[in-house]
Amino acid sequence: MKPETEAALAEMISAADGPLFIRGGGSRDVAVAGAVLETGGLRGITLYDPGSLTLVVKAGTPLDEIEAALEAEGQRLAFEPMDHRGLLGTSGAPSIGGVVAGNISGPRRIQAGACRDFLLGVRFVDGMGQIIKNGGRVMKNVTGYDLVKLMAGSWGTLGVLTEVSLKVLPKPEAAACLLIHGLQDAEAVAAMSKALGSPFDVTGAAHTPSGVDGHPVTMIRIEGFEGSVSYRAKKLREMFADRDVRVETEPARVSAGWRWVRDVEPMHGSTGDVWRVSMKPSDTPDLVQALRSEGFVKSVLYDWGGGLVWIETEPGKDIRTTGLKGHATLVRASDAARARIARFQPELAPVAALSDGIRCKFDPRGILNPGVMTQ
Amino acid sequence: MQMPAPDATIIARKPRIVARLRQVLPPDAVIDDPAETRAYECDALTAYRCPPLAAVLPGNTQEVADVLRVCHEEGVPVVPRGSGTSLAGGALPTADSVILGVARMNAVLETDYDNRFIRVQTGRTNLSVTGAVEENDFFYAPDPSSQLACAIAGNIAMNSGGAHCLKYGVTTNNLMGVTMVLLDGTVVELGGAHLDAGGLDLLGVVCGSEGQLGVVTEATLRILRKPEGARPVLIGYDSNEVAGACVSDIIKAGVLPVAIEFMDAPCIRATEDFAQAGYPDCEALLIVEVEGSEAEIAEQLTKIKDIARRHNPVELREATSDDEAARIWLGRKAAFGAMGSINDYMCLDGTIPVSELPYVLKRIGEMSQEFGLAVANVFHAGDGNMHPLILFNANEPGQLETCEAFGAEILKLCVEVGGCLTGEHGVGIEKRDLMTDQYDPADLEIQMAVKDVFDPGWLLNPAKVFPLEVSQSRRARQIAAE
Repeated sequence: MKPETEAALAEMISAADGPLFIRGGGSRDVAVAGAVLETGGLRGITLYDPGSLTLVVKAGTPLDEIEAALEAEGQRLAFEPMDHRGLLGTSGAPSIGGVVAGNISGPRRIQAGACRDFLLGVRFVDGMGQIIKNGGRVMKNVTGYDLVKLMAGSWGTLGVLTEVSLKVLPKPEAAACLLIHGLQDAEAVAAMSKALGSPFDVTGAAHTPSGVDGHPVTMIRIEGFEGSVSYRAKKLREMFADRDVRVETEPARVSAGWRWVRDVEPMHGSTGDVWRVSMKPSDTPDLVQALRSEGFVKSVLYDWGGGLVWIETEPGKDIRTTGLKGHATLVRASDAARARIARFQPELAPVAALSDGIRCKFDPRGILNPGVMTQ
Repeated sequence: MQMPAPDATIIARKPRIVARLRQVLPPDAVIDDPAETRAYECDALTAYRCPPLAAVLPGNTQEVADVLRVCHEEGVPVVPRGSGTSLAGGALPTADSVILGVARMNAVLETDYDNRFIRVQTGRTNLSVTGAVEENDFFYAPDPSSQLACAIAGNIAMNSGGAHCLKYGVTTNNLMGVTMVLLDGTVVELGGAHLDAGGLDLLGVVCGSEGQLGVVTEATLRILRKPEGARPVLIGYDSNEVAGACVSDIIKAGVLPVAIEFMDAPCIRATEDFAQAGYPDCEALLIVEVEGSEAEIAEQLTKIKDIARRHNPVELREATSDDEAARIWLGRKAAFGAMGSINDYMCLDGTIPVSELPYVLKRIGEMSQEFGLAVANVFHAGDGNMHPLILFNANEPGQLETCEAFGAEILKLCVEVGGCLTGEHGVGIEKRDLMTDQYDPADLEIQMAVKDVFDPGWLLNPAKVFPLEVSQSRRARQIAAE
């Protein structure tokens, strides 16, 4: 099924008599058994108002198309959505609906916010085939409950998005990246905390224990007007005067470096399971250390100043040890691991009861991507 | 504005309910003397008042859970209250309800500069959150104008904004986690010191739910390092349209000021009489503030002044000292006080797409003629969050009603041009009956279904947000169950 209008989509859902697998671009490898319902027919920019920093777009629109339209006005999606294709070995053109459904955000999440923070409004069809709207296209809106945030990251289990409104931001004139060499994980997280706790408006802070040349590299990004970027680069460099620091300002190299982090390139093409762990930054090096000592770990990449850590493990190992304060998502797994280990962090009973209750209200028949978030 | 008739059977059971509340709280934390419950009869929407059955002031999460369990068992509605600064009537009680005030829960539980968060009890005031971290040059970004008094609990309930959210976002963008008690006494933790939800983003729907889903007792908030400096520039124009175009051009140029404030002629004149800030006598005035080091401020202000000049300003004044900066902000900050000194006023906060500013201001001017009430506009222009102040005389019969009717028309206009009823104050009772202008029945039904999940008996702040006739059957369920 591939509806071309919201009304047609609503009819299809209303008439459905079994599970539906909601599919955007198909690049994020979230599949369920069921009739395939593709959103690619809902396509096109409904409204783009650069002076109000707002974009309204049909959910099946390819991300490429949106980024090209924004580029023409010198703007961008500031939450820097990750492209999963390299990591998951998938193809297809990522859609904006998929980005929103997964609340997909990149390195700039630490400073600018996540996809959900830029989502101003949604239209969707619920599990009974009803068309529903929430939020709008303005930047401040507290009219009624904020179902916009709830829809972001609900992975198609509450409704099928048909249209989303997003806040966009101007592309900065310049960017620079400090490269600090030779830090151990805990030192790197401390260095990133220091940079993020400075007044210099850091928009990315990542660390790899083994960079392209096999040695540890910590990356600190700043963006803005030319003069401001060079001033802040100088000030940050002074903060790490006792370290081996280089400043990269060549635009293509800066953006390639952050694409490498955003898309988790160090784990492309390898065979281990890949976990995405969100925790308090200062806690992540200890977690990684504990897993290393058990011999689980193949590779690691820290983002968000250490608050996000990508961990590639030997296949089939469950890293959700008791006391992991935060959450771990099994993003890439062998079929055997997938069958045994839940993709999303299981929730504590009272929270799980609320989530289940909400799913039952939005999709009483349980036909929208059933089990995607709970199995 | 109507409120549901109180349930006489609850009022008749007052002695028993109060006695049970006394069993779970310290003696001075239960207020039931009618002379004292009057202190809780209204919030900052003072046109509507009703003393509650009783008020309770628990001191921690456990006491909140105990209170809610009693109210759940007794079938008594609960109205959570922060500091009572809601302009929308969010904390207005009914005669059969218990006010649950969080004022005694104001402790800082944890500050963590390395991980950039603070955990507080939610009765703490907004400004004192910043107060707890400013000696280390950190701050909490959302800054509603009531920040001296308003509580974090209320900020979360209403998803409060402020003047600086153009750059830093509103409460929901700065809230990392909560401890919340459901009406049946269940304590849940949502989010925490990590980022983003592992499952459904329940935190996102709790923020802005106007105290209808649970009572938030503790909050983990993002704190940020203060910028090196900040400086405003004042720009005057001879028409609202031109000022609106200037705002749009600044935004498009890639400068992201922390604030762009807008005042129109009636507001400029009234504040000038009141505060003598030295504002030019013109039709529209912008205050644009940028942050950074000296050189960064200069770089941004040069770009802003270039744009401003292209629109032929009648005044362009850059602060060259802290004193001059304070003078630029003086009138803006005194604006509400100035209006209050000449009249009663009603403050709306509909939000519109920035590009619609000139048209909406023109229409408000025309409507002001039609209704015969003056309007002054002072608002956050960068994000389209309007604040029309309708001036009226509360002592003159009929004026409050005319003012409310005028306000409703302005809000409908905001919706018509693609905006919304409320940008930061919340729906409460004030905009409750306009919800059907923004949302279709199915849109409201699914929002109410969310409340059904958190509060199946509809006992938490039940008469707010949704038009009474729309929520009627759900609220009646609770009464029938007794």
